[in-house]
Amino acid sequence: MIPSLPRPAWLRAATAVYVVAFLAFLFLPLVVVAVFAFNDAPYPAPPWRGFTLDWFLGNPSKGRTGLIADSALMGSILTSCIVALWVTLLSVSLGTANAFLLERGRFPGKQALSVLMLAPLVIPGVILGISILAFASRIAEFADDTLGWELDFLRPGLPLVVLGQFSFIATIATLTISARLRRFDRTLEEAAFNLGASQAAVFRTIVLPYLRPALLGSAAISFLMSFEDFNTTLMLVGADSPLTVMMYGRMREGASPVLNAVSLFLMAASALLALTFMRRRPQAH
Amino acid sequence: MLAPAILWLGALVILPHVELAVLSFRERVGPHNYAGSLAQYKTFFTEPLYWNVFVRTALMSVAATLLTLLLAFPIAWTIAKLSAGRASSLLFILCLIPFWVSETVRTLGWMILLRESGVLPALLVKLGITAVPVELLYHDATILVGLIYTSLLFMVIPLISSLESLDDALIEAAYDLGAGGFAILRTIVIPHAAPGITAGCIVVFMLTLGNYLTPTLLGGKNSQWFTEQIYTQFITRFNWEQGAAFGFLLLGLSTAMVVIGLKITGQRLGDVMRRT
Repeated sequence: MIPSLPRPAWLRAATAVYVVAFLAFLFLPLVVVAVFAFNDAPYPAPPWRGFTLDWFLGNPSKGRTGLIADSALMGSILTSCIVALWVTLLSVSLGTANAFLLERGRFPGKQALSVLMLAPLVIPGVILGISILAFASRIAEFADDTLGWELDFLRPGLPLVVLGQFSFIATIATLTISARLRRFDRTLEEAAFNLGASQAAVFRTIVLPYLRPALLGSAAISFLMSFEDFNTTLMLVGADSPLTVMMYGRMREGASPVLNAVSLFLMAASALLALTFMRRRPQAH
Repeated sequence: MLAPAILWLGALVILPHVELAVLSFRERVGPHNYAGSLAQYKTFFTEPLYWNVFVRTALMSVAATLLTLLLAFPIAWTIAKLSAGRASSLLFILCLIPFWVSETVRTLGWMILLRESGVLPALLVKLGITAVPVELLYHDATILVGLIYTSLLFMVIPLISSLESLDDALIEAAYDLGAGGFAILRTIVIPHAAPGITAGCIVVFMLTLGNYLTPTLLGGKNSQWFTEQIYTQFITRFNWEQGAAFGFLLLGLSTAMVVIGLKITGQRLGDVMRRT
């Protein structure tokens, strides 16, 4: 059972086999996605027909549309980036404000508020999506009927996607930043005040540098979660599709190695992000 | 400082759900004319299709949760107890990596592996197990594999943190007193890890129940997942009243499971979230 107790040889062997099988199970889907991005065949399926970069670089004049020539796919990557930047900005700002509210504030109903803040993580993403869709169009209709205003941003589209993702990613940012603020040694702040620093100077030179790792960490997590969100996004999307929705649509239609190419690009990007933060904080999750 | 939090929760969480509740309790009686009614919920209980899909989604989610627990436990044990130092953190990071990649990409991988012209059917033919390539997509088992795959990490993390706090001396003492492996597991390990097990099960059940991508892509037309019904009503048929009622039923089931899980082990929601 544990190393200090005698373990029969078969149990040791079984454990090793299990660990290897488990890791194979985890990595197999990723490996095939990567491998078939380079297969010289029109479908991502065996047999192997030789190595090619067509699915990345190919252009329509040569009969194969690679990733960089696929303007719809490239456009959706850009869309996802814009949405993710907005969501990150909103979530980290609100997360910081919430952290101070929860850790420093004293007001009636604080306990209830901190529980309510967890709600967006417990509500299924699909339901979060439809409820925001329904509420937004209620307001849009109200504004149209009574004031004659056309509030287009409340109709399905990117602004709603940003709001929908922000509604639950803000909770994650709040949890990450408050956890760090809770461990802050307040005597540091007091020392700075005693030495004559102003409120703003203390915040800028003491508190903010201390919070920096949590701010960067929650920004990375927010960006990644926004980029990868599917459930909430699907319900709120309009004419411009972010990458996950675009890929989903193509995967339902059929298979093309271009999807493997864009997936490999995503894997490389998230690996880069993960490595950067793994170095700083071994437990980023 | 209170204003942003209230604006966020009010405008994006509370009011939208009030709107959803209002929608679900009304019925269209004419153009631009609605009356309060329970018709949407009545449809759900009288139409066997909806009811069956709901029960099926719940049962499959329970199955996926239990299987995830069974598969994740040995790995969590290996990371928390059997390996130490660098080996342990390497193993943990290896478990973490696939989950940095989007669910869409992971599902694409399974489709390439399992579809009739895919990798595994070709391998089965080569090994002489099947004469012709068989379609491995679009079965219930395929959906389960996909759901377990996406859920593993959310089970492994709380299990590791609850197993790490278990003192090895307790296990040694039980062994010295003559307890076998199974007895140690039942009387010492599982009671100690119960909070982690519940936390993992709650999160995995919730995520599985609300999943859309994995069942629809790996199950195809046979997926019959409840979130798909919500999408069909809301987006395809534009029947928002019915879709809202379905949404509330799913939310009710999900919340009930969370509350029951927390009650059984006497934990608070905040602790569970912090574990994962």
